[in-house]
Amino acid sequence: MQLNPAQKTIVKAIITAVGMFAFVFVVMVPLYNVLCKVTGLNGKTDPNPYKSVPAAVDTSRTITVQFLATNNKGMHWDFKPSTHQVKIHPGEIGSLTFYVRNPSGKNMVGQAIPSVSPFEATDYLHKTECFCFTSQPLEAHEEKLMPLKIIVDQDLPKHINKLTLSYTLFDITEMNKKRTAGL
Amino acid sequence: MSDHHHGPAKGLMRWVLTTNHKDIGSMYLWFSFAMFLFGGSMAMVIRAELFQPGLQLVEPNFFNQMTTMHGLVMVFGAVMPAFVGLANWMIPMMIGAPDMALPRMNNWSFWILPFAFALMASTLFMEGGGPNFGWTFYAPLSTDYAPPSTTYFIFAVHMMGVSSIMGAINVIATILNLRAPGMTLMKMPLFVWTWLITAYLLIAVMPVLAGAVTMMLMDIHFGTSFFNAGGGGDPVLFQHVFWFFGHPEVYIMILPAFGIVSAIIPAFARKQLFGYTSMVYAVASIAFLSFIVWAHHMFTVGIPLVGEVFFMYATMLIAVPTGVKVFNWIATMFRGSLTFETPMLFSIAFVVLFTIGGFSGLMLSIAPADFQYHDTYFVVAHFHYVLVPGAIFAIFAGVYYWLPKWTGHMYDTALSKVHFWMSFIGMNLTFFPMHFVGLAGMPRRIPDYNMQFADFNMLSSIGGFMFGVTQLLFLFIVIKCVKGGEKAEAKPWEGAHGLEWMVPSPAPYHTFTTPPDVK
Repeated sequence: MQLNPAQKTIVKAIITAVGMFAFVFVVMVPLYNVLCKVTGLNGKTDPNPYKSVPAAVDTSRTITVQFLATNNKGMHWDFKPSTHQVKIHPGEIGSLTFYVRNPSGKNMVGQAIPSVSPFEATDYLHKTECFCFTSQPLEAHEEKLMPLKIIVDQDLPKHINKLTLSYTLFDITEMNKKRTAGL
Repeated sequence: MSDHHHGPAKGLMRWVLTTNHKDIGSMYLWFSFAMFLFGGSMAMVIRAELFQPGLQLVEPNFFNQMTTMHGLVMVFGAVMPAFVGLANWMIPMMIGAPDMALPRMNNWSFWILPFAFALMASTLFMEGGGPNFGWTFYAPLSTDYAPPSTTYFIFAVHMMGVSSIMGAINVIATILNLRAPGMTLMKMPLFVWTWLITAYLLIAVMPVLAGAVTMMLMDIHFGTSFFNAGGGGDPVLFQHVFWFFGHPEVYIMILPAFGIVSAIIPAFARKQLFGYTSMVYAVASIAFLSFIVWAHHMFTVGIPLVGEVFFMYATMLIAVPTGVKVFNWIATMFRGSLTFETPMLFSIAFVVLFTIGGFSGLMLSIAPADFQYHDTYFVVAHFHYVLVPGAIFAIFAGVYYWLPKWTGHMYDTALSKVHFWMSFIGMNLTFFPMHFVGLAGMPRRIPDYNMQFADFNMLSSIGGFMFGVTQLLFLFIVIKCVKGGEKAEAKPWEGAHGLEWMVPSPAPYHTFTTPPDVK
């Protein structure tokens, strides 16, 4: 098909517009996620368990890791860490539990989202076991102790001696229903 | 040949079915003015509530709907359609084309708009009210915590986006293909140049906005989690996508204004525009830079230091091409034979006040200082200084410059000067005190404030009412000019240049059916 010059301009313009719409979904979103992973932006941690590698414990320094538990708006579970901070050496395993209870009269599903502060330490705080890797279904009035095991990497920059690992608990009951209905 | 010289069709259907660029331009301009009054009346509600501290007139949730809808209506309903209207009227006449390249699509892109805005305005009457999350509709305010009417808001944004993209494609096709022989790119009037670049910005970023609202729609209704941290998404992603659209968008609202002012200042300084080529390159550089500065709107969300520094310097870099433009306008006026007709008054006010807005923008670009200014009235003062005396004064200037060409009558010049001075004083009285209350820490989008801000807010409200009422005078001046008045010559301004002044006033229904000779 022979296009006149005006038609060629129009076709190019339409392709640009459609391309930019696709760009949002296929480039911007994945690129943002990759950037978050690489830079530790927003303190987002690896959503999968860390495979620990044998390494010497660095006893020359002690790192304080603090724990925070927050409920997102509209979430009413009791949610708290068994201890508010641990002092561990890099390479050493720290373990603790988070207590959670569903005080409502209905079955619910919760999801804890971790965030590390400061951002530049994000990649050096490893979790070999965490309740945040999966969603947590709790029946009405059910309570539970959820385990967490962490390792601070030996390569943690020297100027950092205190980390905060914060969890926000989201109510994903409705979202789960929508997802199952959508499938 | 009688077919080639017919006038407009009779009756109302003329406006529904028209494919004439002048008819469509007029409809865009009238629609834009209606939206200007609609958005303005919401600003009056805001200023009335803020006249005194405390809550007296409206509920906080309604106040939030007012700030949100005021922003959306002014940006998408008033400023953008006004520029598209001017483009429709003037671009074919400036490049010697008989019409826009795609006249039927032109009709369609206009007629989508009234439906889009009717849909958006109707949300105000729905259960739970209209959009109340600010014109930037940050997730999760606009997803998890949004009123049920948000779905209609999303569709309205989709429709506006489609309309803008079609309008932009039309402008590009017209400028690139329908120029009269001899009208090379570097001979085009700057209004045409700025619109060409604006049109490229539009087709690049309006789809991004459509993508952002589509993701919202999917999060709300289809269980995805683009912006929901609970499902593995990230609310900050919304801000990145939005401002990737949003920053080019603010240049979409100012570049055509640069073009209008670059036409008017030489006409009333009776000199050629100083530095035409540098003007073209400056506009192109501003357009390019607009894509790499978006995160300066979100310095406070938590960006790595290197990011803050990059976006800070990239933003400051924009001051360079903008400075070139301001320099050129001043150099054009320097030692010219200036006269101060209404279009020139608005243009000079544009140069001075837009520069003030530019300076407060520079202050905001300083990342460490932005933590103090973020979300205060200082930001409100800044963007109203670039949009009111920037975009809107340039539109007024353009209307007063070309109105004799459109109607064939000279308007009431005395009244138009009253309109200018009332707008000028009202606008400064409204927005200048906002710098002070903002620096003192008054947060934006809040219906109440601390006692210490009371006096400045009362001044702002008085200025706001003055500016608002004055715009009814503008309506009166335009209607009076359409109805009659002193006969305007083909070229009513002795210093004006350009093909549009070669056709008689009022411009015949069809112009340049045979291309003119461009020297």
